[in-house]
Amino acid sequence: MNTANQYLKAIYLIQKQENNPAATGRVADMLDVSPASANEMIGKLEARGLAEHEKYKGVRLTDDGIVRARDALQTYCIIERFLTNVLDVKEFRAEARELESVIDGTVAERLDTIIDRKPECPDCFDPEMDACACLDVELEVEPPAD
Amino acid sequence: MSLSQQVSSDRQLARLLQIGIVLEEVVEARAHHHYQSLSDDERVLDPEIEQLLSHAADESADHRKRLEALIQDLSVDSIPFDEIETLVEARYGQTKPDDFDGVLYDQLCNEETAYKFYDDLIEAIEASDASFSVDRDQLLEVLRGLRAEERDGAEEVTKIMEERE
Repeated sequence: MNTANQYLKAIYLIQKQENNPAATGRVADMLDVSPASANEMIGKLEARGLAEHEKYKGVRLTDDGIVRARDALQTYCIIERFLTNVLDVKEFRAEARELESVIDGTVAERLDTIIDRKPECPDCFDPEMDACACLDVELEVEPPAD
Repeated sequence: MSLSQQVSSDRQLARLLQIGIVLEEVVEARAHHHYQSLSDDERVLDPEIEQLLSHAADESADHRKRLEALIQDLSVDSIPFDEIETLVEARYGQTKPDDFDGVLYDQLCNEETAYKFYDDLIEAIEASDASFSVDRDQLLEVLRGLRAEERDGAEEVTKIMEERE
């Protein structure tokens, strides 16, 4: 289980979208957690050398953090694609979110051997849709979490 | 996107067990095709490899059945296993390892990946206080049994690899 990877993925997507450090509030919103929880985890990521927090600006990933975030995003893309292409799961985004903390990168690599993943992965990931843009499915924007 | 770190429902548990079945299918298919790729001469010369691959395929089939039995006891719709089997088979029908080292290395990856999967799944279930429609103790007992067999399998392959160095 890896909550840190989910934070790294969220920070990576926000800082890529905005080309700026990710505001802690946006990270908290994206993960549907309290700002206090987000601050606590960002502190842990800083201590591990994966992120740097800039006062009044937000959090930015270090090079090591970016590598790990991209790995986590790739694992997430594999899970989404596996659910859609192999198991034909309609609610694949909701299920991928439930599964990502239990499916390790090593396991995802094995699942990757039976799906057709595009070479541009994980840059194909669309954070607005919370899905790989190359998936051959009709997507609608999901309503925000309660 | 939201944060999730536990197994909290029958549906989520069933999906994870289903992923376990797919991993076992992959192991079984790869072991079977590696076994088939051995020529008659190689089988005579290397009964240890032959026995290893044959055992791996049988064990994965057995693991799959144990996972299927768990899913059947959960309150979820059934899952079309035949389609998964066909898809995995189609993927590996054409593969052929380069040599015995490739066969052993691939088998080690298979065993280690399955071990990691069961280990993470057990940890996630233990961290959850959700109740499932299968007996929790029985569920964990089955998964711990599968994990132990994958660990033994990885140790067996490692031993053979070390002896051949």
